[in-house]
Amino acid sequence: MIRRLLLLLAILALGTPARGQSLTADLSSHIIGITTGFVGANLTLFGTVDKAGDVVVIVRGPPTDIVVRRKHRVLGMWINGSSAVFHDAPSFYSTASSRPFSDLGMTPDTLARHMIGLDNVKLQTADPVAEPAFSEFRAALVEAQERLDLYRATPVPVTFLGEHLFRADMAFPANVPTGTYSVQIVLLSGGEVIGAQTSSLIVSRIGFSNGVFNAAQHHAALYGLGALVLAVTAGWAASLVFRRG
Amino acid sequence: MEIYLPIAQMPVDPFVLLAMGGLVGLLSGLLGIGGGFLMTPLLIFIGIPPAVAVATQSNQLVAASVSGVIAHWRRKNVDFKLGTVMLIGGAVGSAVGVALFAQLKALGQIDLVISLTYVLFLGVVAALMMIDNFRVLVLHRNVVARRKLHEHTALHRLPLRMRFPRSRLYISALLPFAIGFVGGLLVAIMGIGGGFILVPAMIYLLGMPVGLVAGTSLFQIIFTTGITTLLQAVSTHAVDVVLAAMLIVGGVIGAQIGTRLSHLMKPEYARLAHALIVLAVAVKLTLDLFTRPENLFSVVPLGMQ
Repeated sequence: MIRRLLLLLAILALGTPARGQSLTADLSSHIIGITTGFVGANLTLFGTVDKAGDVVVIVRGPPTDIVVRRKHRVLGMWINGSSAVFHDAPSFYSTASSRPFSDLGMTPDTLARHMIGLDNVKLQTADPVAEPAFSEFRAALVEAQERLDLYRATPVPVTFLGEHLFRADMAFPANVPTGTYSVQIVLLSGGEVIGAQTSSLIVSRIGFSNGVFNAAQHHAALYGLGALVLAVTAGWAASLVFRRG
Repeated sequence: MEIYLPIAQMPVDPFVLLAMGGLVGLLSGLLGIGGGFLMTPLLIFIGIPPAVAVATQSNQLVAASVSGVIAHWRRKNVDFKLGTVMLIGGAVGSAVGVALFAQLKALGQIDLVISLTYVLFLGVVAALMMIDNFRVLVLHRNVVARRKLHEHTALHRLPLRMRFPRSRLYISALLPFAIGFVGGLLVAIMGIGGGFILVPAMIYLLGMPVGLVAGTSLFQIIFTTGITTLLQAVSTHAVDVVLAAMLIVGGVIGAQIGTRLSHLMKPEYARLAHALIVLAVAVKLTLDLFTRPENLFSVVPLGMQ
């Protein structure tokens, strides 16, 4: 019995695809393309459940390292002193839920395991940082990401159309980081997880902005020369216009 | 309407950028300054990452200085020989500066160094300019005629003396080299042309004829900003051409209007206005450095994996 329970926990922690067919869901699109005119994107998540229950959706952006620095007063000046490097922090975090997290009836452990709520986003430093410094650095990171609209504290609604069909409209801001996202959908009954599904979403630059970015990354010298030619030509053209004007 | 900047990785309103370019261009045309020291803080203010702001600004300055030099060249106001010695120093300076920039960025102290160099250089220059303005406007003395043509100082005893016929100077080549070096360093670290430090240095340290100073300093700024653009593109990948293009367009239009308006303004008042702007930026940055910031924390992603 205990072994079975442990196995169940392990499977849950890994985020398996649909278990026991109790939950089926999909996104309206699995790719968000960032073009020059990109102003953000909206995706709709549709799904059905066998049994009535609560549905929570957790969207996490590709893991990234984030450094947080604290300013200290040195010789009267406020300069960067202590710092913490957060390893594999989600670059984006947004949720949807059929009711407020506090009303789901979940234990703190279950909430933490599924990273439901900003307080439960897994943020770990590369080197151990003692308390209370760690909490301060963590709070600063979360606040900065919230200000950029990259972390969202409140879930958007998951609405049920009838008893089995549900939908959620997920919004992505224009500054959304590129990479592979994980979209986890969890079905709850009485605070217990009875079904889960994980699906992925790719955010990538396309067209002109992708070309510019790739050139700057992979053909840096040529790109730099191009930028120079552009600037010299523009300056020269301006002086021609100026002389005639 | 918003347009996505591929390197800064954020959307911006192109009209805000055009207006910023135009405003700084207007001031540069009106007052005869590069305006980089205003543009970099403005870019950072609208949320462009500092590394992208500094690197892109150097690209924009190439365009501004090319059109400036062509205008001065037509009036034969460029000393190419002296400018070349300066730009050799400038090339070395910007290479050292870009390497230093990368090092300081890794240490997390680039913001401090940018602030301190701004405060130091802007403060000193603003003070010098205010003294000169005081002499001209209040005491009615001419600024430039102070120095006799053949006054010899310790600077004249340096080795490697060279003739610069256009400027009628016979001085050590180390002097313009050193001035160029400092200019190159500033381009790389602060993303500015450095005209505000080059121009007084050329007048007071080299004793160059005033008419040649602007054209010659712009001549060397083309190369230091050009080299910096290339080095930044290769080492930090932070030059955003879309951002640069919009700043260039705004700047060019602003500079034309500014140059035309400048005929309406007495040069003494233009210099005073320049000094006041430099002073204001220096005071603002000093205050920022010494007052407790609203947010003690800075959060910087180290790049996607």
